[in-house]
Amino acid sequence: MKIFVTVKQVPDTSGKVAVKPDGTLDRASMQTIINPDDLNAVEAALSLKDALGCKVVALTMGPFPAEGMLRELLAMGVDDTVLISAREFGGSDTFATSQIIAAAIDTYGVDEDDIIFSGRQAIDGDTAQVGPQIAEKLHLPQVTYAGGIEKDGNTLLIRRMLEDGYMTIRVKTPCLITCIKELNTPRYMSVRGIEECFDKNVTVMNYDSLKDHPLIDRTTIGLNGSPTNIYKSFAPPVKGAGMMLEGSGKETTDKLVSLLAAKHLI
Amino acid sequence: MDFNSADISAFKNVWVFCEQRQGTMMSTTFELISEGRRLADELGVELHGVLLGDDVDGIAKELGGYGADKVLVYNSPLLKDYTTDAYAKVLCDAVMEFKPEVLLVGASNIGRDLAPRCAARLHTGLCADCTHLDIDLDGYVNFLRTGSNLDVDNTKFETKLFDINSNLKMTRPAFGGHLMATIVCPRFRPAMATVRPGVLKKRPYDEAKAESVEIVHPAFSLTAEDMKTEVLEVVKASRKLVDLIGADIIVSVGRGIAKDVAGGIKLAEELAEELHGVVGASRAAVDSGWISADHQVGQTGKTVHPKIYIALGISGAIQHKAGMQDSECIIAINKNEVAPIFEIADYGIVGDLFQVVPELIASIREMKANK
Repeated sequence: MKIFVTVKQVPDTSGKVAVKPDGTLDRASMQTIINPDDLNAVEAALSLKDALGCKVVALTMGPFPAEGMLRELLAMGVDDTVLISAREFGGSDTFATSQIIAAAIDTYGVDEDDIIFSGRQAIDGDTAQVGPQIAEKLHLPQVTYAGGIEKDGNTLLIRRMLEDGYMTIRVKTPCLITCIKELNTPRYMSVRGIEECFDKNVTVMNYDSLKDHPLIDRTTIGLNGSPTNIYKSFAPPVKGAGMMLEGSGKETTDKLVSLLAAKHLI
Repeated sequence: MDFNSADISAFKNVWVFCEQRQGTMMSTTFELISEGRRLADELGVELHGVLLGDDVDGIAKELGGYGADKVLVYNSPLLKDYTTDAYAKVLCDAVMEFKPEVLLVGASNIGRDLAPRCAARLHTGLCADCTHLDIDLDGYVNFLRTGSNLDVDNTKFETKLFDINSNLKMTRPAFGGHLMATIVCPRFRPAMATVRPGVLKKRPYDEAKAESVEIVHPAFSLTAEDMKTEVLEVVKASRKLVDLIGADIIVSVGRGIAKDVAGGIKLAEELAEELHGVVGASRAAVDSGWISADHQVGQTGKTVHPKIYIALGISGAIQHKAGMQDSECIIAINKNEVAPIFEIADYGIVGDLFQVVPELIASIREMKANK
């Protein structure tokens, strides 16, 4: 039994975000972090490893600096990592990305008792699409929005969160589960893990490693293989400044209420 | 089945996946039908609702009232509760049979499970969590005049690559609301979008159209063997959830209540009650465990556009603004005079909310008494 975890390195959108005059993101000036929901997926995998002693494999697709993120995951307790990186993969939308990651997982080899954990969504795109699309390409069942995971023989019992409650779902392995932040609290790297992470393995899968896989075709990967294209990107407008009311006493709130009443808002 | 998603001329009509739970239509479905009506009119085609469930004919008519020309109903005990496998199979098979050119799905936890799975199977493009949709280029350009920082008159919109006038233009926030992107799916059909709940407006309900809508039951195949997951139970939250999206007035709390959390929330509740509104919260307040997540407004919470939005002790992080900046009137009360929330506020008061809010409540009561 082994557990795959898909992770993504993303710009930290909660910090200072720089937008260039042409409306695109100034990535160079931004910090990168491990996508927050993916850390919950890593923790879900490591918790099962603690209980069952299985192997945990983290995969990411991205440019070479993403290797640093994989080392951090190795220091947290992940056993093996795969960096999927090639110029041919650049510009992929969620369809093309899932095509490539599914090919990489399949090349690594999925056994009957394996599980794939993904984060619910990445904070750069917020699409939540790559997990379900990997599951479809691999013909595996999926359960998204997992807020609780319990292993029961060769099945998992998932508490799948809805806006107005939850469902309990039983799913057989192999399967793909997407994890939300309420699922767990991710662990930190251990001192021993940091010492050992540089001796552990980062496998690189490039275009040559995957080109013979049936999912990999020039018409289904990269910019040219992506069904969606960005037509325009722009920054939202800045709303004009409103009225600052002087003072903070009762006179001020009286004035506010009369302004609202005059506009028939209350 | 003979299906080629790249043969775009074979596709026609706008479809809306009509999400229901326990036999009750999700209100987002009506927003999507209303929007789908406009898109279908711009394309000069029909609008069809696709309704999956167990014995759900009774709720099909209502879709006509919001603008659907026809409703395709798929009834089966196997479709009673949502499962990815059963719903994806029936919806994909229906798309392959009838070939709609546009397919809209609500961006609920269910829609965002179903739509990507279907897009991958159909080999087509899907744009997640859209907040604005256009067919007509003129309408899109007008939207950009007020909805973007683009110099619209000096921007080129035509492209040689595809006919921009007949392609669905799907606009959505990215990077936590710092950027907006308009996505197209020019080479494959259907163009698919999940649409954020609460953003699009419902049309007025038309009783006559509800009576005249055509309801059909296409043949389909679905067996228990098609389903690899089993729903053991469906549990509704016992606590009554806050209806932020439908609220006219929202009083939200943020980090500013830290010095007296219980007192701050009580003040917000009193103010909300005085105005017949509900209490919202920033991500900081939810993450600190002060208030439950169903109160959260913002990029990761709910998008709201009430008549009045009162922000108490909320600094106005861009993620929060993304969820409330379209409110009709924004009132900010904050101790910090340079808090970003004041940049989008219609009225701002610099002061301690624990002092200002009781005075505001008193002012409202006086105003009511004098009416």
